[in-house]
Amino acid sequence: MERKKRSIWVFGDYRNYFQNRVTLQLISRANDLAKIIGAEVCVTVFGHDTDEWVGEYIAHGAMKVYVCDHPDLKFYSNDVYITLMERLVRRYEPEILLVGATTFGREFAPRLAKRLKTGLTADCIGLDINEDGILIQTAPAFGGNLLTKIVTPERRPQMATVRPGTFQEIPHNYHATGEIVPVPLPEDLPKDRIRLISSERQPSREQKLEDAAVVVCGGRGMGSRKKFKNLYELARVLGGEVGATRPVVYSKWAEDETLVGQADKHIKPKVLFSFGISGAIQHTAGIKDAGFIIAVNKNPNAVMMKMADVAIVADAGQVCTALIRELKKRIRS
Amino acid sequence: MRAGDTTKMLKMIVCIKQVPMVSELPWDPKTGVLTRDAAEGMMNPACKSALEAALRLKEEHNGQITAITMGPPMAMEVLHEALAMGADRCLMLSDPKMAGADTQVTSFTLARAIEIFCSDYDLILCGCHTSDSETAQVGPQIAEELDIPSAAYVENLSVKGKTIRIERIADHFLETLEMDLPGLVTVTTGHFTPRYIPIGGLQDAFGEPNILTVGAHDLSLDENTIGLKGSPTKILEVFSSTAGKKNVVLTGAPKKIVEELFKRFDDTIGSVIRKDLKAVK
Ligand SMILES: Cc1cc2nc3c(=O)[nH]c(=O)nc-3n(C[C@H](O)[C@H](O)[C@H](O)COP(=O)(O)OP(=O)(O)OC[C@H]3O[C@@H](n4cnc5c(N)ncnc54)[C@H](O)[C@@H]3O)c2cc1C
Ligand SMILES: Cc1cc2nc3c(=O)[nH]c(=O)nc-3n(C[C@H](O)[C@H](O)[C@H](O)COP(=O)(O)OP(=O)(O)OC[C@H]3O[C@@H](n4cnc5c(N)ncnc54)[C@H](O)[C@@H]3O)c2cc1C
Repeated sequence: MERKKRSIWVFGDYRNYFQNRVTLQLISRANDLAKIIGAEVCVTVFGHDTDEWVGEYIAHGAMKVYVCDHPDLKFYSNDVYITLMERLVRRYEPEILLVGATTFGREFAPRLAKRLKTGLTADCIGLDINEDGILIQTAPAFGGNLLTKIVTPERRPQMATVRPGTFQEIPHNYHATGEIVPVPLPEDLPKDRIRLISSERQPSREQKLEDAAVVVCGGRGMGSRKKFKNLYELARVLGGEVGATRPVVYSKWAEDETLVGQADKHIKPKVLFSFGISGAIQHTAGIKDAGFIIAVNKNPNAVMMKMADVAIVADAGQVCTALIRELKKRIRS
Repeated sequence: MRAGDTTKMLKMIVCIKQVPMVSELPWDPKTGVLTRDAAEGMMNPACKSALEAALRLKEEHNGQITAITMGPPMAMEVLHEALAMGADRCLMLSDPKMAGADTQVTSFTLARAIEIFCSDYDLILCGCHTSDSETAQVGPQIAEELDIPSAAYVENLSVKGKTIRIERIADHFLETLEMDLPGLVTVTTGHFTPRYIPIGGLQDAFGEPNILTVGAHDLSLDENTIGLKGSPTKILEVFSSTAGKKNVVLTGAPKKIVEELFKRFDDTIGSVIRKDLKAVK
């Protein structure tokens, strides 16, 4: 029997290709990991008219692409994709299987892991290999306040879903070559138990707050609507956007659209100012991707203050005013 | 539809997890050790929305709701709450042998209990994810274990005969799906805002609760297949995500603080807003 070469697999998730770069990011990280364990990086592509994606994946670092291309695979389907993937995995036995944590991936990967009776780590923000060659998966929990390192020591493949944006893709290389392995469509695929009635691209909402590099967030500790207004001035000076907590939105100090939190807006500013916010988990769930955090609170023990890079113990309104004044002084146009 | 005609009833199962109520972080920021026992428990928000969705279907279709939880004895509280909200009966899976289960094993255990105690279901509803370990894996894995279809991140739903119509937002697409029943959905907190439970309701629920408690033995489960022992994943460590942060504390008069802030971090802030924030000499 031929000895199987060790491999790391990435599920080719090409929907929304130009926004959704997670597959390319995973191919890149898989290449780093593959060097450590001496493996090849393989990608699977299921769909119809997939040449474009296959080429892209090779140009971005895939060494081998398993392609099942057929008109019946025109739409993403969990039932069908899981069966296809299960069979390929059983046949080629990859060490590691990575899936982007898109909506599709987060439904597909758990069912696939169940069928393969292996472990799955959710929404990872870090992947490394330890001295025993085992995949160390770092995942957030408790609204991003905790991180955990998880391994699947025995079962294979080691599976993880990975948050988009975690890794950097390898630049496009037109000269890259890779092997394309066609996979015939099996005849006994399951009938899909879910029918797609309609699928409309969501009009791309304005994402000013979500995409802002600087966000000034205010909470109940701002004290009044009038003082809260000052945050808009601060945001203007900084060229940023204003966010708010639920009590603020309920009190109509700010528009509904400014609400930041678990079910609402998730922001990822490079610099986040947080004024008079206690740091309830429903709020912090929305700021877990924030970079440098400056929190202002009268209470030095507030959770928000513990999460901050700079914790300013003072009155929020006064600090806001002082900041505006100092910034205007320093910013010479 | 006649009440009591159970053949036409919409039979639903809602899976509920108790999570720590964390207005404060459940860990010691100094040592990074979890103090989960100290935290008070609550019904996971998305599970509550799943229950709300089931209650609305029950009102419309003459349904029956069984709430299930797996957890330590304290988790019984969420079942009392479920009864108070309008669930008809509850199943509590509690056994020290079940502790430490990952999602593979949690879904396995829940699915075995469903097969034994309430196999005659039309629809299983789960939360889309929990607020503690937030994997969002248990729902789809229960469906796979039971070999039924599933749809995750459901915003809205309606049942007609033996099918369910689902609306959800998936990767920037607004999808409408039709799924055969029996099936499973995981529900977001977006549309199904849970009803308010009057205090009287809670007390009634504590009166004569319709809760069946079972352990590993009742499910004929081998202890090597459940709990920490049966789990393919192992947690190596849990640590605070802010561990790497310096957490510089500034106190004093606002004007002084702001000057200090810029003295130390003018480059950090300046590089992001693309302005030179060095003090004017
Ligand atoms: C199901 C559910 C979903 C929720 N979703 C969200 C959500 O998406 N987003 C959200 O934000 N919340 C949400 N919440 C509410 C959340 O639990 C908190 O209640 C909320 O985030 C608290 O907002 P806050 O920090 O502004 O107010 P508080 O918790 O009241 O905190 C105010 C803070 O200001 C400080 N302070 C007071 N006076 C001053 C002063 N003069 N100067 C400086 N500091 C001062 C206090 O020390 C305190 O830390 C949700 C709750 C539930 C139950
Ligand atoms: C910090 C941390 C990180 C973890 N990461 C992972 C991981 O990456 N992979 C892994 O396999 N395990 C992981 N675990 C283990 C995981 O927490 C347990 O398996 C847990 O029982 C279920 O996972 P969840 O809370 O993420 O559920 P989710 O999958 O997020 O829950 C979705 C829904 O499933 C139902 N449900 C979940 N648990 C129960 C229950 N006990 N009783 C009834 N219904 C339930 C509810 O309807 C819930 O809304 C982790 C645990 C911790 C403490």
